[in-house]
Amino acid sequence: MVPGDLRYTSDHEWVRVEGDEVVIGITQFAADQLGDIVFVELPATGKALKAHATFGVVESVKAVSDLFAPIGGEVVGNNDALATSPELVNSDPYGEGWMLRLRPADAAEINALLDAAAYEQVVAEG
Amino acid sequence: MTETSAPTPQPSPILDRHEALGAKIVEFAGWLMPIQYGGIIDEHRAVRSAAGLFDLSHMGELVIEGSDAGAALAAALITDPPALAVGRAQYSMICNEDGGIIDDLIVYRLAETRFMVVANASNARVVSDALAARIAGFQAVLDDRSLATGLVAIQGPKAGAMLQPLASVDLAGIKYYGITEGVVAGLPVLIARTGYTGEDGYEVFVDVDKTGVLWDAMIAAGRPDGLVPVGLGARDTLRLEAGMPLYGNELGLDTNPFEASLGRTVKLGKPGPFTGRAALEKASRDGVARRLVGLALRERGIARHGYPVLTGGVPTGVVTSGTQSPTLGQAIAMAYVPTAQADPGTMVAVEIRGAPVAAEVVPLPFYKRPA
Repeated sequence: MVPGDLRYTSDHEWVRVEGDEVVIGITQFAADQLGDIVFVELPATGKALKAHATFGVVESVKAVSDLFAPIGGEVVGNNDALATSPELVNSDPYGEGWMLRLRPADAAEINALLDAAAYEQVVAEG
Repeated sequence: MTETSAPTPQPSPILDRHEALGAKIVEFAGWLMPIQYGGIIDEHRAVRSAAGLFDLSHMGELVIEGSDAGAALAAALITDPPALAVGRAQYSMICNEDGGIIDDLIVYRLAETRFMVVANASNARVVSDALAARIAGFQAVLDDRSLATGLVAIQGPKAGAMLQPLASVDLAGIKYYGITEGVVAGLPVLIARTGYTGEDGYEVFVDVDKTGVLWDAMIAAGRPDGLVPVGLGARDTLRLEAGMPLYGNELGLDTNPFEASLGRTVKLGKPGPFTGRAALEKASRDGVARRLVGLALRERGIARHGYPVLTGGVPTGVVTSGTQSPTLGQAIAMAYVPTAQADPGTMVAVEIRGAPVAAEVVPLPFYKRPA
């Protein structure tokens, strides 16, 4: 069961609204699919992202996967713990394994995201 | 015209064991094999600290037998199998006329007139066909035993101790790169002290129908001391740390053994012709333009297969394999670079997502097991 208070994308990212900022990460499903994560590359504070654009990569032992911005906005922080402990994404993807903090450009884009039930449907349908 | 679909992959003879263990199964070289069970890094570390059990039943086993078996293989391969004593093995390659590598192999001498060639799963058919053609003029026959043979390997510092209670022979008495007949778990087997991890260990060849019995016995014997099943994912990170090439990455038809820094494998001094002799003599004489080297990344980033290697900002080489090394805690890679850049200590760059990341040429292997 994915956390009910988050929003999701079909690319297996989650979004948590915190006032006028959002926190972004990848879901447990995505982390499990990737296997042991060994490297995360995130954009610097101040970078402007467009919705659906790639904002970084997450690397497992065997593969490199792009990360896609669920919504557009300005990067106001990223999780530098992942530079030394990328495995946090596997062990605590919704908590300590968070990736990015964004100031959304358009709040309406948040409403377009999937809710928990819709995301579970995406996962179930493979 | 009928549409041909891809052939259905061959399941490992013990696929049910892997499924019961919760393995992620993938298609590899036409087979369904386990890529990981609990996680690649955990499996990798278990092999270095205790031992891991590997299902290698997809590998090719080709038995060449006859009064000319040795001479036939000497003409077909780049090494000198007749020089092997009975019960000994050697790393070898089968090359084409241009010196390009068709496969890398282990050749085991089972008897005066019987050899077993173990080929990569991805090349088993090609090697079988090429060998059969090359031995045609000799008193020797090729028996492709690949589908009739199962192979289970145990690798790690505790491998011998875990296997000994099941084995009829003294395992410590089998020297590295030796092979012997024996009985393990009541089954007639060949036990070879070879492997692809950089650790001590044994590869056990058995009738395919008995692979499950063998696997079950070995897992049960080793579990109490930390034996874990290990998939193809960790097999790759282990061999990379050990500086061992992978066909399809470091080796291919467009590489010759000298470029791959494996010139010592080519036995130009053996008598008689062998396929590729002229091209390999030329490469030995004239030198090669590029060399396979080890790279240690000196800035943040992981080098991967296919990433360009830059000298002075210009692409001059290519990464053949790369990963984050679980044992060393840093990114390592193997790459082809210009011969002038191949000395350890040379600084190059790997292009990662458009940006140059500093890397240093280092000697192989990256990891050597403690003496």
